[in-house]
Amino acid sequence: MTDTKQLKDTATQVRRDILRMVYEAQSGHPGGPLGATELLTALYFKVLKHNPENFSMKGEGEDLFFLSNGHLSAGWYSVLARSGYFDVKELSTFRRIDSRLQGHPATEEGLPGIRVASGSLGQGLSVACGAALTKKLNGDDRLVYCLMGDGEQQEGQIWEAAMFAAGRKIDNLIGIIDYNGQQIDGAVNDVMPLGDLKAKWEAFGWRVLEMEGNKMEAVLETLEEARSHCKQGEPVMILMHTEMGFGVDFMMGTHEWHGKPPNEEQFERAMANFEETLGDY
Amino acid sequence: MKAYTYQEKKDTRSGFGAGLLEVGQKNPDVVGLCADLTGSLKMNDFQDEFPDRFFQVGIAEANMMGVAAGLATGGKIPFTGTFANFSTGRVYDQIRQSIAYSHKNVKICASHAGITLGEDGATHQILEDIGMMRMLPNMTVIVPCDYNQTKAATLAIADHNGPVYLRFGRPKVPNFTDPEQVFEIGKAVVMNEGSDVSIFAAGHLVWEAIEAGKALSARGISAEVINIHTIKPLDENQVIQSVRKTSCAVTAEEHQVFGGLGDAVSQTVARHHPVPVELVGVNDRFGESGKPDELMKKFGLSASNIEEAALRAISRKQA
Repeated sequence: MTDTKQLKDTATQVRRDILRMVYEAQSGHPGGPLGATELLTALYFKVLKHNPENFSMKGEGEDLFFLSNGHLSAGWYSVLARSGYFDVKELSTFRRIDSRLQGHPATEEGLPGIRVASGSLGQGLSVACGAALTKKLNGDDRLVYCLMGDGEQQEGQIWEAAMFAAGRKIDNLIGIIDYNGQQIDGAVNDVMPLGDLKAKWEAFGWRVLEMEGNKMEAVLETLEEARSHCKQGEPVMILMHTEMGFGVDFMMGTHEWHGKPPNEEQFERAMANFEETLGDY
Repeated sequence: MKAYTYQEKKDTRSGFGAGLLEVGQKNPDVVGLCADLTGSLKMNDFQDEFPDRFFQVGIAEANMMGVAAGLATGGKIPFTGTFANFSTGRVYDQIRQSIAYSHKNVKICASHAGITLGEDGATHQILEDIGMMRMLPNMTVIVPCDYNQTKAATLAIADHNGPVYLRFGRPKVPNFTDPEQVFEIGKAVVMNEGSDVSIFAAGHLVWEAIEAGKALSARGISAEVINIHTIKPLDENQVIQSVRKTSCAVTAEEHQVFGGLGDAVSQTVARHHPVPVELVGVNDRFGESGKPDELMKKFGLSASNIEEAALRAISRKQA
C-alpha cells in the first residue's frame, strides 16, 4: 500500500517535471497542473485500478480517467510516465516536433494512457458519460473519472452532459472540477461568474462533495467518500478547491501563470520550492 | 443503355432504419443514440428491439457526439441519429476533436439533408455538410441514392472501423437499385456506360442523372452515368478512367457547388486529366420553404438541368 508520505514525494517530483517541461519547451500551461498535482498523483499512484504496462484503449476491468481541460497536459504526462505508461525520458519531448506529447493530449500519435483528444473545452464529461455507459453495458464494475476546469464550466456542453448523466442515472462516474478561481483573462468571477456551483450541480441531480485539493490527506479521503457514493443512482461531482500554481510562491494567487512559461531565473526560483524526490527526468 | 425502373418510391431514411435494425441483430456491440428525432430518423424499430442499447439524449447534439465517442472508446459501435444540420454544423468541433482526431468508430447518421427537407425551410436545410465532413482527416463520407442503397450502406459502415458520415434524406424517391446489392465503401457504381460525357451524381441526384442520360440518348448523345455514393474516399480511378473516355464531365448533388462532390471530382480531374467540368448544385445561397419537387426545380437540380449541363460540357470540349 502506497503511504501518504510516498504520494507527497511523488507529487513534489511531478511538480518539478511540470516546471521543467514548460520551461524547456518555453511554452505550455504551468499553473493548472501545479494546482491539480495532488489529485493526479492520488489517482495514478493509489486510487485507480489500471494497467500502465499494458495500455488498452478499451480499458476493460480498469478505472478510466479523462482529462477534459487538456491544457493540464504537463501534469498528466508526468503521472502517466512515472506510473509506467511510457519512459520518463520522453517528457523532454513535450510540445516539440515529432513528439507523442502534444501540446494538448491526443490519440493520434499513440501515446499510451490517452483515450481521447482534449483541449477544446467542454467535451470530456460527455465522453466520460459514454465510457461509463459502456462499463454498464458490459457489466464492468469499475469507475470513470473526469477532471474539468472551473472556467470550463462556462461551456454549454458541460450542462448537457450534467443533465444526461443524472437523467440516465450514470452512477459509475465521478466528475471533478478544479476550482482554482482563475482563467486566462482573469478571475473566473470577473470573466463570467459561475454563481453557486455546488447548488447548480445539485439541482442537476448530482451528489456534490467539496475537497481541499492541495492537501493529499483530504484528496484521498474525499475520493474514498466519492467512491462510496457510486452505484446509488446518482453521478458524483467533487468541487476541488485548489490554488493555481500551487507550491511556487510567485505563481500563486494570480491567473498570470495559466499559460506562460518561466524564464531561466524564474525557473530556478520555482524549482527551489521542491526537493528532487524521485530524480528528474 | 440499361433501363432502371422502380416498384415504389421510398424514403432513404427508412432504408437507414431497416439497416440499423439488421446491424443491431447481427452485432451486439452496435448501439444507437438519438437527439429527440427517433421517429424522423426511423430508429424506432431498433429502439423497440434493443432498449438497453438505445440512448435518447434529448435535444443536446454536442453531448450526443461526446457520449458516442466514449461508447466507441469502450469498443461499442455507436450510430448517432439526427438531422444533417444538427449532425454537422452544430457539432463540428465535437466531431473534429472527440471523434475524427481521436479515431473513434462512430457512425454519424444524418437525415433530412438538403433542400428536399422541404417546408421547414433554410434553417434546417443544410447544404454545406458534405464539405464540412469531407474536410476532416480520418472521416469517410457516404451519400447513398435510394432506400435499398442506404440500407446496404448502413450494413457496410458497421463493418468499417473508423468514423463515418452517412447522409440521407426525407422525401420518398424512386427505389431502383438492387435490394441484394453489396455496398463497397469507396467504389463508384457505373449505372450506364457512355462515351460523350461523364455524369457523376450522388444521393437523390443519381435518379435525375439516369433520367438525364435517357434524354441525352434521345438526342444521340451517349452519357456515362456514375453513382458516386462515397464522396470520401473518392473512387479516383473510376473518375479518371471515365473522363479519359468522354473528355468532359458533369457533377450533380443536392449540396452547395462548393465543398461537395463537384469539388471532389473537379480536383481529381484537374490533377490527373483536365477536361471541362460543369457543376449542378446549389450556387452559394440558402434554401427556402416549399415542396421537395418544387424546390428541386427552382434550385436547378432536376434531370433537365443535368441534361443542359451535359450539353454545355460537351460544347466546351469541342470549342
